Amino acid sequence: MQSTSHLFKDNAARALNDAHLQQALTHVRTKFITKRQDAMDALPEFDALRDAARDLKNHVLSRLDEYLVEFEGNVVKNGGRVHWCATPADARKTILDICRTAGAKTVTKGKTMVGEEIGINDHLAANGIEPIETDLGEYIIQLRNEPPSHIIAPSVHVTRDQVEATFRKIHTDLDPNRNLTEPSSLLHEARVKLRGRFLVADVGITGANFLIANTGSTTIVTNEGNGDLTQTLPRIHIVLAGIEKIVPSLQDAGLLLRVLARSATGQEMSAYTTFSTGPRRPGDVDGPDEFHVVLVDNGRSKLLGTEFEEMLRCIRCGACLNHCPIYHNVGGHAYGWVYAGPIGAITTPALIGIEHASPLPEASSLCGRCEQVCPVRIPIPKMLRHWREEAFERRLHGNRARWALKAWAALATRPALYRLAMRVGVGVLGMLGSRRGRFSSLPLAEAWTRHRDLPAPQGRTFMAMYRGKK
Amino acid sequence: MSARDEILNRIRAGRAGPKPYPGSGPVPQRGQVGGEERKALFTRMAVQAAATVDRASSRADVPSLVKNYLSQHNLPAEARLAPDPRITELDWASQPLLNTSIGGTDGSHPVSVTGAFAGIAETGTLALTSGASSPTLLNFLPETHIAVVDAKDLTGTYEELWERLKAQYGEVMPRTLNLVTGPSRSGDIEQTILMGAHGPKRLHIILVDEP
Repeated sequence: MQSTSHLFKDNAARALNDAHLQQALTHVRTKFITKRQDAMDALPEFDALRDAARDLKNHVLSRLDEYLVEFEGNVVKNGGRVHWCATPADARKTILDICRTAGAKTVTKGKTMVGEEIGINDHLAANGIEPIETDLGEYIIQLRNEPPSHIIAPSVHVTRDQVEATFRKIHTDLDPNRNLTEPSSLLHEARVKLRGRFLVADVGITGANFLIANTGSTTIVTNEGNGDLTQTLPRIHIVLAGIEKIVPSLQDAGLLLRVLARSATGQEMSAYTTFSTGPRRPGDVDGPDEFHVVLVDNGRSKLLGTEFEEMLRCIRCGACLNHCPIYHNVGGHAYGWVYAGPIGAITTPALIGIEHASPLPEASSLCGRCEQVCPVRIPIPKMLRHWREEAFERRLHGNRARWALKAWAALATRPALYRLAMRVGVGVLGMLGSRRGRFSSLPLAEAWTRHRDLPAPQGRTFMAMYRGKK
Repeated sequence: MSARDEILNRIRAGRAGPKPYPGSGPVPQRGQVGGEERKALFTRMAVQAAATVDRASSRADVPSLVKNYLSQHNLPAEARLAPDPRITELDWASQPLLNTSIGGTDGSHPVSVTGAFAGIAETGTLALTSGASSPTLLNFLPETHIAVVDAKDLTGTYEELWERLKAQYGEVMPRTLNLVTGPSRSGDIEQTILMGAHGPKRLHIILVDEP
């Protein structure tokens, strides 16, 4: 996928002026947050489970090579195949080769964020194989030719009216006068349309929420059941997974399942959690004849041992997006690549390079809600600051921003000078603004005053008042 | 160098010293119940997930409960039975108005009746394992899925489920283990939950006290 992360400011400005998007985002601002809170309240052990989930992931990352090798051995023992892919190009080629060998014409797909990372849909389509997204949200955005805007709710930026318009435009074989007012009629139409596609697909591609080392199983979590039809009906099942998805055993997957759905949608469990181990067994009535696991690195392994290692704990629940005031306002597409929101702001620079994504770590007020709600306690604000430092060191900011940051650093590291500057600045601004109480324009502060007034300082500085109290 | 070696070498170069295995976290108190309490918890959680639950005192009651459920909901009086002796050996002839057939499905059957490997009270979840007697598609293609679970197969927690799986299957997992919590749903249109996305619109569970 072509990234526009470097254009975040333009993307965000457009998003703020998009009435449809703003209407759609109201649902994120409210529903996800209360549902998660209710699920937390219903499970007293929730915070202890988050600690345990963090510790488990740290353990896995410290022995990632061993668990991957163990996983591979068990997949093979159960009749499956493992394909190691260092780059997106490797993964695209591997999947295309499997599809070609099978003579595949259509491929159904469950939801996979790694699939977005490697751009598998465009690659298959360019080679004459039709990819069909089956998750309702993914189906909607595939018809609209858009990337997902949320990790677990890919079409969250689309309103009901827009879904109806899209279905009318694409499903031209259906009665143009049909009633699609109720959301349930839209769901029904997608169900009927996709049921036909499920039954004839040659290959099914799913992602994986977990890979289980000691059984060689892969796990998907869905609410619709689309992932299960995707992987059970076609002759070939391909699992596409990042190498960080591994856990030692079923018990450990159980731990992560206890925090995953609650953090994501506020459910106790998603409707369908499915463990797949190898291809169909002798005597089985259904299931695929071939089982392939495509393990994708794409820059993950080089994060180990760096200040960014902890982001590999992510289980892609989307809670940080749901609680982010920036995401609430600009939505997912503004982030310009596959992963949006706080986790996107730290993951995108890691996977495509900070030089292509330097505005993303700036797109945060560092309010810390993302870290507060993260089921594996990823210190996202700390990492945003790391990326800001790296962007500064690599001179990715404009000269003006560099100069301003340097001036700020000079002040902030010299307390006496800082206090003097504050006293003078507050005094001067207070005097200048004493009549109106605010500034509607100010030199060097246009970025602020273009959108809102700056209140004029009133009275003395904090330090002056603090000393006065003592 | 192969991609495998390249990836593994990079991991080995970067990873910290091994951290000890920290365990898989606390087991929620909620599920640590037995007997009637366990059945009640399973029922409450399954209903919370939008499934419906009937109680049967013995398996012999299952055919009539299936028939009654279908007629109460104005559903077709026909059921595709999993080739599971626990299901097929019941007296389906006692329900002359109910058409039954046995086997997997290609999507042409509106109702399925399957057995369950276990039920997990902690979250009201069914555990369904694939095999000759339990085709996976019966859990997904029909619009109505009726699952029969014996009370003796209820576990309180997930920890007990993993132990039972190991006791039954040893080191080799069944091809598919489905954990099913309520019917299929989607929230992808304006975050409003709608039932029956791609899988069953209805999940009805018959909890059997004494097999």
